[in-house]
Amino acid sequence: MSVWEKHKIFETKSMVLLIGTLITVSIGGMVEIMPLYYLDTTIEKVEGVRPYSPLELAGRNIYIREGCYNCHSQMIRSLRDEVERYGPYSLAAESMYDHPFQWGSKRTGPDLARVGGKYSDDWHVAHMIDPRDIVPGSVMPGYPFLMKTPAWSGNIADDMRANRMAGVPYTDAMIATAETDLQAQANPDSDGAEAVAERYPKAVVRDFDGDPEMVSEMDALIAYLQMLGTLVDFSVYDAAGSNLR
Amino acid sequence: MITEQVRTDRAAFGELLSLPVAALIIAIGVAEILATSDAVMTFHAGVLILAAGAAGLWLLMRRMGGKAGEHEAGYNHAVVRAGVIASMFWGLAGFLVGDVIAWQLAYPVLNFDLPWTNFGRLRPLHTSAVIFAFGGNVLIATSFFAVQRTCRTRLAGHMAPWFVFWGYQLFIVLAATGYVLGVTQSKEYAEPEWYVDLWLTVVWVVYLLVFLCTLFKRKEPHIYVANWFFLAFIVTVAMLHLINNVTIPVSWTGTKSYIYWSGVQDAMTQWWYGHNAVGFFLTAGFLGIMYYFVPKRVERPVYSYRLSIVHFWALIFTYIWAGPHHLFYTALPDWAQTLGMTFSIILWMPSWGGMINGLMTLSGAWDKLRTDPVVRMLVVSVAFYGMSTFEGPLMSIKAVNSLSHYTDWTIGHVHSGALGWVGFVSFGALYCLTPWLWQRARLYSLRLVEWHFWISTLGILLYITAMWVSGILQGLMWRAYDSLGFLEYSFIETVEAMHPFYIIRAIGGGLFVIGSLIMAYNLWRTARGDEAVETIQHPESASAAALAKLPAE
Repeated sequence: MSVWEKHKIFETKSMVLLIGTLITVSIGGMVEIMPLYYLDTTIEKVEGVRPYSPLELAGRNIYIREGCYNCHSQMIRSLRDEVERYGPYSLAAESMYDHPFQWGSKRTGPDLARVGGKYSDDWHVAHMIDPRDIVPGSVMPGYPFLMKTPAWSGNIADDMRANRMAGVPYTDAMIATAETDLQAQANPDSDGAEAVAERYPKAVVRDFDGDPEMVSEMDALIAYLQMLGTLVDFSVYDAAGSNLR
Repeated sequence: MITEQVRTDRAAFGELLSLPVAALIIAIGVAEILATSDAVMTFHAGVLILAAGAAGLWLLMRRMGGKAGEHEAGYNHAVVRAGVIASMFWGLAGFLVGDVIAWQLAYPVLNFDLPWTNFGRLRPLHTSAVIFAFGGNVLIATSFFAVQRTCRTRLAGHMAPWFVFWGYQLFIVLAATGYVLGVTQSKEYAEPEWYVDLWLTVVWVVYLLVFLCTLFKRKEPHIYVANWFFLAFIVTVAMLHLINNVTIPVSWTGTKSYIYWSGVQDAMTQWWYGHNAVGFFLTAGFLGIMYYFVPKRVERPVYSYRLSIVHFWALIFTYIWAGPHHLFYTALPDWAQTLGMTFSIILWMPSWGGMINGLMTLSGAWDKLRTDPVVRMLVVSVAFYGMSTFEGPLMSIKAVNSLSHYTDWTIGHVHSGALGWVGFVSFGALYCLTPWLWQRARLYSLRLVEWHFWISTLGILLYITAMWVSGILQGLMWRAYDSLGFLEYSFIETVEAMHPFYIIRAIGGGLFVIGSLIMAYNLWRTARGDEAVETIQHPESASAAALAKLPAE
């Protein structure tokens, strides 16, 4: 019996065809995805990576909502020109608490993986309100409406709980103080300001949008942008050595 | 043998059972509205209530009018007709939004700096509208048509096919309005949030059941090759959708959720999904269309049956591995990148096997390329398929990808596949289906098909050549060094260099929109039963009269 004869079973039995198809399409995904969860080398051991502060998380959600990922990557490839343009190539560890990841697929605008600290808050505010005011050739849309909306309407602690269920190590203390931390990070003179920096090392505590009246979406988004790529200290990071987390 | 009376009674019972289901959906919607403080959730629950209410009302009116369980005899063509109309409608909408955002990139003032009109929210609207709304409706319509014909039996289910159709439209409306209002998961081509994903899952399972049950009760001993591809498309998309969208909602009353996967694992899962949305939604499904409509239209058997067998298994096995080519030189481990590159290059072979099988089906009927513009559309679609499945493996070579990734070259590549292959093969199928379904002798006008073909082809050529130049140019500018060893161009200089190509691209897209408007007009006149006076000889192949004679059972 030739192989073509044997194939008849797939052509005459729909359940055999269905199961055969399912098995055939399962193999590639299993081989490529499952080992990423148990191979220790997938995510390097690095010091400094921490969960997002409440204000940064709120800002990240605005970044997602506005679809920034459609034009900005957050993944510096290990190529000479990219490292020179944007900084050290991105490590897997740097996005280990990202649900979902924001690596992107297109650079209509520049990569943002290490945009933190590159520009001043004032630059970001002016650029977000009218990009062509700052960069004449830019094709980025303006986001003036971010100034007018409070950073978060719901309870950010609920979002942190959902993240914790997905594996982000938020402590009970972090969740308990989430609301005050969110406000305090944009109010450097407030009582809780110091505690934010303690709970979230390297968190930038500033009145980002220059408007002390309200913690706005602009505050949140800039807080997020200003921390991107700043957590790992690359002056001590050694790709070949042991960088214990 | 089931009598017609038994069949009607069963259908009436199915309609009766659907009433409490509609009531349950309304109850869920009302509970959401009462409990939520999320404005978009309130709006979406309202849409859900309206949809379920309309369905319930319609069922009640049938019952009271004594029409419960009534249905047309023979094949279920009504749901396919609805699919053709929906395809045309969403196609026009999706192409138009695409051209709008193309102009936004050329002239950013067109963003109007409002949340609902900015590029970041409209781009997912465009991609989902063309892939899922247009492509999805074409696939539902053609698969429902082809599976009935090739199994010589009526589509399974009385309510179920209509639930699939209307349920899918509801999914589109929820997803699309969500994007504009800022509700997104940010996973490309999987942007709908958790509750929309759940709804799609229900619809998709019913779709699979309708398709499978139609195969079960077929009168043909043999399952035709187009149905293998449709089945693989349905079942694999279900698998991809379920695994990529594992998510933790913040609350059942809110729209926001967090994907369970994170970082590098999420990236791999997403592009395993993303690439196979291309491989199974936009390729396997549309190959099903090719395997049914090309032989039908040219009245020739498929070129090689054995090649179809090899094509099918090799394609579905290999495609699944290709995802990592979206992640070269990133933080994804090297072993996964290497696997992705290897299988992406291998994928060239099954893809071209399929292309050869489609093209060579014209053996002995090549003259139809000259006489029948619908055949020309189908054949050019297969040619575009061949071109983009050569370009894809080329771009999956790491060295090439280091230049092409993150640039417009990718956008051009996608559109040669999407406009050339998916678009044209769909148009060919819709041009075939409309006269068949509305029982017309022929299309309203073949001259208009000619116009559509040439205007759209010109549009595609402008689009992809502009993107080749801009993509390769920008990739080269990013890596250019001056004589002192510094990077030669600032980022913004590379953006400014794109401007003329963005204008050409937007013009090309505009031509494609105009072509599809011509098509919509032609199909509308065809459905009305009009015939234009023209000099082109209409081919007699597969006319409505010949097809209409086949009884279903």
